[in-house]
Amino acid sequence: MLTAEDKKLIHQIWDKTGPKHDEMGGEALFRMFTAQPQTKTYFPHFDVSWGSDQVRTHGRKVVSALSSAVKNVDNLSQALSELSNLHAYNLRVDPPYFALQLLSQSFQVVLAVNLGKDYTPEVHAAFDKFLSAVAAVLAEKYR
Amino acid sequence: MVHWSAEEKQLITSLWSKVNVEECGAEALARLLIVYPWTQRFFSSFGNLSSPTAIIGNPKVRAHGKKVLTSFGEAIKNLDNIKTTYSKLSELHCEKLHVDPENFRLLGDILIIVLSAHFAKDFSPACQATWQKLVGVVAHALAYKYH
Repeated sequence: MLTAEDKKLIHQIWDKTGPKHDEMGGEALFRMFTAQPQTKTYFPHFDVSWGSDQVRTHGRKVVSALSSAVKNVDNLSQALSELSNLHAYNLRVDPPYFALQLLSQSFQVVLAVNLGKDYTPEVHAAFDKFLSAVAAVLAEKYR
Repeated sequence: MVHWSAEEKQLITSLWSKVNVEECGAEALARLLIVYPWTQRFFSSFGNLSSPTAIIGNPKVRAHGKKVLTSFGEAIKNLDNIKTTYSKLSELHCEKLHVDPENFRLLGDILIIVLSAHFAKDFSPACQATWQKLVGVVAHALAYKYH
């Protein structure tokens, strides 16, 4: 459950990393593909090499969705409703929770790489909870 | 037996040589207890774990974190033999400590994030992939003797 303090930290960190958002998504995806190659099975049509335009573009989509989630953290179900449908009925990322968790890990690595000491234990906890909540919403309609 | 390429071994040992085991171990364990608070169930004798600040400053957490990461170093010294190296530890975690092996995976992920924050860009994607593999192998070895 996200506390008021968690939400505050999430907003702060999201604002702080603003200038880097453009690259962060692509980097997180690339790291995930490298560290967890099974995740590439969802992107057989992609060039997954470093610097790939497809990965970069897709990364921007992911970050944009996360930005929306941050803005609407009190109403994730509604804010992510379309994406939730997409993941459930079209993409069917499987197992629903687990694979999205792998992206969460890589995304947090990118945050940590960019923030260093500022990725404090409290921020880490808040973000881990937030990304779990996002993943849970995206998996909501699976069955 | 796990296969490690020469590059993977290099990425592991060169990063490890720069790790401050005491600091990194303390931080990893503290973060485990903060980010996944239910893991505190294994440390009821550790005293004050009531807040992130308390956990980070808790001397027992620091000491135990150092112990855990020092043991991790043993796996790194014995990359081709991790299951055997951790055989007794695995039995201990099952029979005496009663730790659900899922927790090893959680600590592994936390360690990766601690290393990312510390080494920043030096913790390249290739480095992350190798270390993600390593923590997976360690977790598997620690769970191996469970019955």
